[in-house]
Amino acid sequence: MKNTGLSVKNVVAIGIGSAIYVILARFTSIPTPIPNTNIELVFPFLALFAAIYGAKVGFIVGFIGHALSDFIMYGQTWWSWVLATAILGWIIGLAAKQLDLKNGIFGLKQTIIFNIVQIIANIIAWVVVAPIGDIIIYSEPANKVFVQGISATLSNGLTIMIVGTLLLKAYADTKIKKGSLRKED
Amino acid sequence: MHDESQILGYQPGNSFIYQLNATTKLVFMLLVSIACMITYDTRFLIAICVLSIFLFKEAKIKWSQISFIVKLIVAFMILNLIFVFIFQPSYGESIYYSKSILIHAGYFTLTLQEVFYLFNLFLKYVCSIPIVLLFLLTTNPSQFAASLNKIGISYKISYAVSLALRYIPDIQNSYWDISAAQQARGIELSKKASLGKRIKGTLNIIMPLIFSSLERIDAISTAMQLRRFGSKKKRTWYVTQSFKKEDYLVMIAAVILVLIVIVLWQLNHGRFYNPFI
Repeated sequence: MKNTGLSVKNVVAIGIGSAIYVILARFTSIPTPIPNTNIELVFPFLALFAAIYGAKVGFIVGFIGHALSDFIMYGQTWWSWVLATAILGWIIGLAAKQLDLKNGIFGLKQTIIFNIVQIIANIIAWVVVAPIGDIIIYSEPANKVFVQGISATLSNGLTIMIVGTLLLKAYADTKIKKGSLRKED
Repeated sequence: MHDESQILGYQPGNSFIYQLNATTKLVFMLLVSIACMITYDTRFLIAICVLSIFLFKEAKIKWSQISFIVKLIVAFMILNLIFVFIFQPSYGESIYYSKSILIHAGYFTLTLQEVFYLFNLFLKYVCSIPIVLLFLLTTNPSQFAASLNKIGISYKISYAVSLALRYIPDIQNSYWDISAAQQARGIELSKKASLGKRIKGTLNIIMPLIFSSLERIDAISTAMQLRRFGSKKKRTWYVTQSFKKEDYLVMIAAVILVLIVIVLWQLNHGRFYNPFI
């Protein structure tokens, strides 16, 4: 099993994760007073999934989830943004080892690491990958796609910072802490 | 059920397109959408538009099955075109190296070239939509996974995609169940509530949804492990179909379309077709 890459658990996590992604992308986008800006609660979910299952799963869930939800909702997909979502999941997933969520520890140090990583991931995804993809694939004007990218970075970064941190904390609390069991004397 | 009709999915039928192999449809869809992604040649895009509308008629899909999605796309498209225009009204001139003004308005001066560019952008977005919709409406999800595997994607990823398609309706049901339960407990989720309250309320749905799904992942992966999933390099699919003559013809047609795009690239010296020079 090791030589073929993904474990069974990862395959299932990708499948179910993508399904949750599609549902959250469809139903939990909350409009804000600022026109054309929605709070997308799907990104904190992706951050949680990447932090639990690692970079590979983060990347593939982002990719399949976003592509499927675009196809199912619009019958069309914007590959540049799909790739950007995948990269976001991948970068956050890289921090999974440092975060060590499975041992139930999510204190101040982990909160800071998580947020630094997610902000970097957001910047790379929405200000670098998505706009460049839009320019190459669709030849849209550069200033338009970069403004879009920056506004996506701000709204998604903030959403992940607040909701994502909450989700990770809640997940860590469900796990048994490392070293919490003591041998009876 | 809530909004259930607003998610596209497989709908059984028996026209010509249903009889094609899922792999054929996938290859055709991918090649055509790549072709449309590359080129900005107006003639090609219009031809694809006509073709996809024709295919749509052939498949005998009812307007009511797709009307909501078409409306959504058109609204999105118009918004997008407006943004493209506002940010750089002079973009058309720089692409087509010429300028014929239609309306004088300072920064927002509208040129024929800009209109032509926006028209092309519009065509590019819409021309492949009917084909993708057709694919979604006429392809059985399990066959879709099998066909992904056939075009060279690893079977684990293909299986993950088929799991996703299999579980979307289930998770959608859990979502609405949890939502109803939370609303019964007095959580306001409608537009009347303030933004903060709505986010909090939605979180109250998402949390149980995610945590119950994590348990589901454990259960399913244990079951699959017990059945020795992933122990071999290959696997076969229950729903695999063999290729017929029509399948080869359709695939050849798709390859020809891609070749046309390459020829047009040579003729136009780039991706844009320029009628102004």
